[in-house]
Amino acid sequence: MAILDAGIRLSPPQAGDRGPQALVVLILCAALLLMMIIASLTVGASGTSLLQALFTWASGEQIGLREKVILFDIRAPRTLLGALVGASLAVSGAVMQGLFRNPLADPGLVGVSAGAGLGAILAIVLGGLLPAGIAAVAGMYTIPIAAFLGGWASTLLLYRIATRKGRTSVAVMLLAGIALGALTGAIAGVLVYIADDNQLRDLTFWGLGSLAGATWTKLLVAGPLMILALSTMPFLARGLDALTLGEATAWHLGIPVQRMKNIAILTVACATGASVAVSGGIGFVGIVVPHLLRLTIGPSHKFLLPISALLGAAFLLAADMVSRVIVAPSELPIGIITATIGGPFFLFVLLRSRGVLDI
Amino acid sequence: MLIATNINVSLGKTAILHGVNFEGQAGHVTAIVGPNGSGKTTLLKAMTGELPYTGSILLDQEDVKAIPAPALAARRAVLPQNAGLAFPFTVLEVVRLGLIAGLGSNDSTLPRRALEHVGLAGYEGRLYHALSGGEQQRCQLARVLVQVWEPTRDGKPSWLFLDEPVSALDIGHQLEVMEIARSFANNGGGVIAVMHDLNLTSMFADRILLMKNGRRVVQGDAQHVLTDDHLSGAYGCRVRVNVAPTQHCHVPYILPQVANLR
Repeated sequence: MAILDAGIRLSPPQAGDRGPQALVVLILCAALLLMMIIASLTVGASGTSLLQALFTWASGEQIGLREKVILFDIRAPRTLLGALVGASLAVSGAVMQGLFRNPLADPGLVGVSAGAGLGAILAIVLGGLLPAGIAAVAGMYTIPIAAFLGGWASTLLLYRIATRKGRTSVAVMLLAGIALGALTGAIAGVLVYIADDNQLRDLTFWGLGSLAGATWTKLLVAGPLMILALSTMPFLARGLDALTLGEATAWHLGIPVQRMKNIAILTVACATGASVAVSGGIGFVGIVVPHLLRLTIGPSHKFLLPISALLGAAFLLAADMVSRVIVAPSELPIGIITATIGGPFFLFVLLRSRGVLDI
Repeated sequence: MLIATNINVSLGKTAILHGVNFEGQAGHVTAIVGPNGSGKTTLLKAMTGELPYTGSILLDQEDVKAIPAPALAARRAVLPQNAGLAFPFTVLEVVRLGLIAGLGSNDSTLPRRALEHVGLAGYEGRLYHALSGGEQQRCQLARVLVQVWEPTRDGKPSWLFLDEPVSALDIGHQLEVMEIARSFANNGGGVIAVMHDLNLTSMFADRILLMKNGRRVVQGDAQHVLTDDHLSGAYGCRVRVNVAPTQHCHVPYILPQVANLR
């Protein structure tokens, strides 16, 4: 964390240009992510190590079937999924904050996560009522599909409510998001109330979030959506920067504001829906990562979005490793880890920098 | 040439502008004056395409509604009355936002030159939020200036729309900013400015539109518009317009007529 501390002291530099500083942080975060990917492939309950396997392979011997299965079928998809989910959550947070011009906005705030969560809970509690044909086809994907549809539906509904005559009111969207969040929470509460003991256990585990169920198939289902969402970053960066001056001024600066906002909303729906679908409710990444970076490199989205993706991915992989080893051979839900690390650290940085920056 | 014909604007069910006509010319500073709530800012917002309106607004013979946002941004820049900023950008980063659409010059020295122009050289690394109100206003002006740095481009004029550009400034900086606007117009650009200070308006504007209750009272040059009758009628107070001889011409100046002076 020395990097972040140094950044706070450096920011803002005399020249007013934080680009070079951001470039350094970008390289450091990329290196950190690489280290986390290697570590994530190495660390685990089984004691199998990537380095050991590489060593075996390099010395011309066969890698054992057990090692192969653990490395390629368990750790590799889990690592990739963890990196993608971390990047998606962090970028969703940063985009949402830029869109709402509020550093505390989060997909959780406008009901996207709540909608996705309701979908998942519906599937867990009422999934047994599905016609046998549909249940057979959906199979193990019932919960992910329901979560994704829930996130998607709540975003669309919210968008319909907040958009009039082609203009989206951020204030109405924010307020409607709070109302929608309360409503979905109430429905979810009823479902939890009627759930039986087994379902309650599933609900609790899902609600805290986990990457334990990662498979190549899950990665293939959710990965493209998350990659699609992340690919909008270069277009969104300029628009969100302009939007910090307000919607009218962004338009005066030549940004097609309405189109930009549509893409931002779709990006968030895609990234959050897909993340919630495969990993449950992992909190704090979307709010901590962009916040820390803004304190370090400034608020320009040109750097904030890509570096958020890198740091979010590295952060989630680190949290996942802790969740795997801390009570090995069992696992803690990753949401507990992100909140335990994220909460106090966030408060610490906030308190330290309160006098330095206007936040 | 900017020609607005029969402009009506309603906000909700309230009609704000009633059939306003307006003309602004390239090479001129055209001021819009009038009492609070007379519709000056609303007219400016309609002309910059920010508010929906009925009627026709032609910018150099093109319908403003038909020009896409990026093309419009390359031809005109807008200084709003209150520009908030959501995140802690530095002064240099704010000014660079003027180049964000990548339409104008990609000269990377432009933001620093613009800051020098508005008297904020050396402020590049300061946080925008830490500036005083007047400094923020000049920082925003620098951002607007980098967007349309050349007063004319490809034979067409560039336009500056300024909503009360000097409202937060001391007299020295007021004159500095008005001189920037003047020199932009003298070099072939068009400037449309909503103004409160009638004496500054008289000194710097070629043409003046006087508004009251969402209607045009009169438009013309200073001598024609700034008269005792027009001003007393529009502002609802007694004023006396005198003429101050300057080096080049006679400039009307306005003296309020108040019963209880010290």
